Amino acid sequence: MRIPGLDALEPSDRAVVADSLGVAIAVGAYGVSFGAIATASGLTVLQACVLSLLVFTGGSQFAFIGVVAAGGNPVTGAVTATLLGARNMFYGITLAPLLRLRPLQRWATAHIVIDESTAMAVTRTSTRHARLGFFITGIGIFVLWNLFTLIGALAGEALGDPRTYGLDAAVGAAFLGLLWPRLTSALARVVALAGAACAAGLVPVTAAGVPIVLGGAAAVLLGLLLASRTSGDVT
Amino acid sequence: MSDIWTGIVLTIIGCYVLKVAGLSVPERMLAHPLTIRVSELIPLGLLGALIAVQVLADDDGLVLDARLPALGVAALLLWRGVPFLPMVAASAATAALLRLFT
Repeated sequence: MRIPGLDALEPSDRAVVADSLGVAIAVGAYGVSFGAIATASGLTVLQACVLSLLVFTGGSQFAFIGVVAAGGNPVTGAVTATLLGARNMFYGITLAPLLRLRPLQRWATAHIVIDESTAMAVTRTSTRHARLGFFITGIGIFVLWNLFTLIGALAGEALGDPRTYGLDAAVGAAFLGLLWPRLTSALARVVALAGAACAAGLVPVTAAGVPIVLGGAAAVLLGLLLASRTSGDVT
Repeated sequence: MSDIWTGIVLTIIGCYVLKVAGLSVPERMLAHPLTIRVSELIPLGLLGALIAVQVLADDDGLVLDARLPALGVAALLLWRGVPFLPMVAASAATAALLRLFT
C-alpha cells in the first residue's frame, strides 16, 4: 500500500518507522488476550476475528465481549462499544488536517484511526513524519492485531472453562490497563471511581449490561459538574 | 447466537461511522468545548463501570471472589510500569491460583 503524500523513505524517516513498528508489535500482540477472552466468553472464533477485522478498536471490542460475557443483551454491548469508540471521532478531527486525505482515501484510512496510530502521529513535528507514524502504526497494528486475535481465539477455544485459567479476571485487568494511562488528574480518577461505584450499585437492581451504560453516563455527568465548578483540565 | 451477530454488526457500524465522521466533518461542528470535554470523560466513566461489573458482578448480583485480588495485582503491576500483556497474564494467573487453592 502506498502512503498518501509519501513516495520514498528518507534517512530521517528511519526513527519514525522503527518507533511505529515497535508500538505496532507491542500492541498487536495483545490481540492474543482479546481472542482468548472472546472465545472463552462464548463467542466463536469467527465472531472474535470479525470483531478484530471490522470493529478494530480494542477498547470497544473488549467492551462488547465484557457485556455479552456478563449475560447482557448484545445490543447493550454494541451501545457500550460505540460510546467507547466515540474518542476515535475526536482523533479524526485532530488527524484530518495532518493527513489531508481525498474523499475516497478517507473511507479506508478511517478504519485505522485508533489510540496508538493517533498518538504516533500527533507527537511528530513534521507533517511527513506524522503521516508516516500514523500509517505504519495503524497498518502494522491492524495486521498483527488480527493475526494474534486468531491465535488467541483458537487457544481460548481449546482451553475450556475460562474460570479455571482466570480469564474472566483478565477482562477486568485489560480494562484497567486501558484506563490506567488516562488517570492523570484527580478529576479523571474521581470520574472513573464514580463510574465503578454507580455500576456496582446498579448490578443487583438492573438487567445485565445496563449498569455499564448508566454508571458510565452518571460518571460523565458528575465529571461535567466537577469540571465546571473548578474549571480544571479534564485530562 | 444470531443475537450476538446483531450486536457485532451494530458495533461495526457504530465504531466505523464515528471514525469516518471524525475525518470528514468540519472541525468547527464537533470542536465545541462541551463535546470535547464529554468525549474525554466517556472513556473514564465507561471503563470504570466496565471494570466494576467485570470484577464484581455475577448471575445473582454482587460477589466478592478471586477476581478482586486479581484486579489488585493488575493495579499493582500497572503502578510498577509493567506492560499490558504480562500484567493481564499475571492477573489471570492470580485468579486461577486462588481458585486452585481455595
